[in-house]
Amino acid sequence: MPAIGAAIDNGKTEQPYWQRVFAGFEKSKAWMAKAKPDLVIGVYNDHASAFSVEFIPTFALGCAAEFPPADEGWGPRPVPVVKGHPEMASHIAQSVILDEFDLTIVNKMEVDHGLTVPMNLMFGSPKEWPCPVIPLAVNVVMYPPPTGHRCFMLGRAIRKAVESYPEDLRVVIMGTGGMSHQISGPRAGLINSKFDKAFLDNLTKNPKKLARMPHVEYMREAGAEGIEMVMWHVMRGALDDKVNEVYRFYTVPASNTAVGHIILENRRRAAGKGKSARKPARKASRRARR
Amino acid sequence: MTRAQHDYDDIPGTFVFDAERSRQGYGINMFCMSLMKDANRKAFKANEAEYLKKFPLTAEQSAAILKRDYNRMLELGGNIYFTAKLGATDGHSFQHLAALMTGSTQDDYAKMMLAGGRSVEGNRSKTKKPSPGKAKSKPKGRSKKGSKRRG
Repeated sequence: MPAIGAAIDNGKTEQPYWQRVFAGFEKSKAWMAKAKPDLVIGVYNDHASAFSVEFIPTFALGCAAEFPPADEGWGPRPVPVVKGHPEMASHIAQSVILDEFDLTIVNKMEVDHGLTVPMNLMFGSPKEWPCPVIPLAVNVVMYPPPTGHRCFMLGRAIRKAVESYPEDLRVVIMGTGGMSHQISGPRAGLINSKFDKAFLDNLTKNPKKLARMPHVEYMREAGAEGIEMVMWHVMRGALDDKVNEVYRFYTVPASNTAVGHIILENRRRAAGKGKSARKPARKASRRARR
Repeated sequence: MTRAQHDYDDIPGTFVFDAERSRQGYGINMFCMSLMKDANRKAFKANEAEYLKKFPLTAEQSAAILKRDYNRMLELGGNIYFTAKLGATDGHSFQHLAALMTGSTQDDYAKMMLAGGRSVEGNRSKTKKPSPGKAKSKPKGRSKKGSKRRG
């Protein structure tokens, strides 16, 4: 069971083991409360909940009005239904498909811990989520996932779409997945903090080069499931080339994985020139899954 | 059919769930997916071999499932997010499964994680010797195509 979610759902966040993990997100929650986004775009992966092996979309954009929490085998997580933003989602779909990103439109979808646990980490456990969320599910379960570069460029295209939306919204984009983890096979439990920290450094300073990292390097260095980190590039692509790193947190372990988290903001804010879609984007990261 | 060779086949202790394994393991994964429903879990537990007949499985795949040989399931096309549902049906935590796949006790596995996890040193490559001086061993020149892709 996704261990962080279980710790939240079973009231274990104050236990010393989990306290170390959750304490790292206190500042993030404060940042989010201050950022007050009008909309969150959540880039995440499904874990055999909404999608089995019957169909495996590489990029699936949630365009529904709401996304109930999935039953992952233990009953749905006790979290609020995620409210979507169908108007913006369909606008993004229209824009990015014409920009040659052939994503799948999903009008009915349940969301699993891959989305709702990062939301808990950033928003806590409110009765209702404070803003709408557009889920973007990326296939990182079956190899090959999209390349880091493809993800980065999709982030660019999403930003363009957000900026061309008739209404000026404050948008936070979250990338999730990783960091070091291998949860399958004899090499399970692999952790490479050096790799993770370099990834975070380069995410801030050297994103274009980082996005070119070949898949095999993620798997070799950060574990077979460490390849989930490609999703972070969607977030990074949506930001300016130069960003401010506002916050970072890294710890090992959360159950079977490392936990890393970084908040990045575009530099030009409130400069009052034109209508730049303000995107304090950030990303969350996270986590752990099991 | 023999598998095509890939750069990631060189990673030790790892079965990458690629398109080929996805094809091969469709039955394993659909079986595991069926365990999301309580009625199916009960039917499976009542008569495991009989229940498995509902899915397109080879004899090897069925045997791996019945024996709960998780590594073999991965090798034959199972994916961990799916096979974990079988573990849950048996009442096992995920960490129990992880320990099982590594050939360790759950206690030892948990201790390893608390101590910072399994080191990548010596665990990068089946063929290359660990290089103590260098942090990264990059599989340069393994294939012309592969090395070109680095931007």
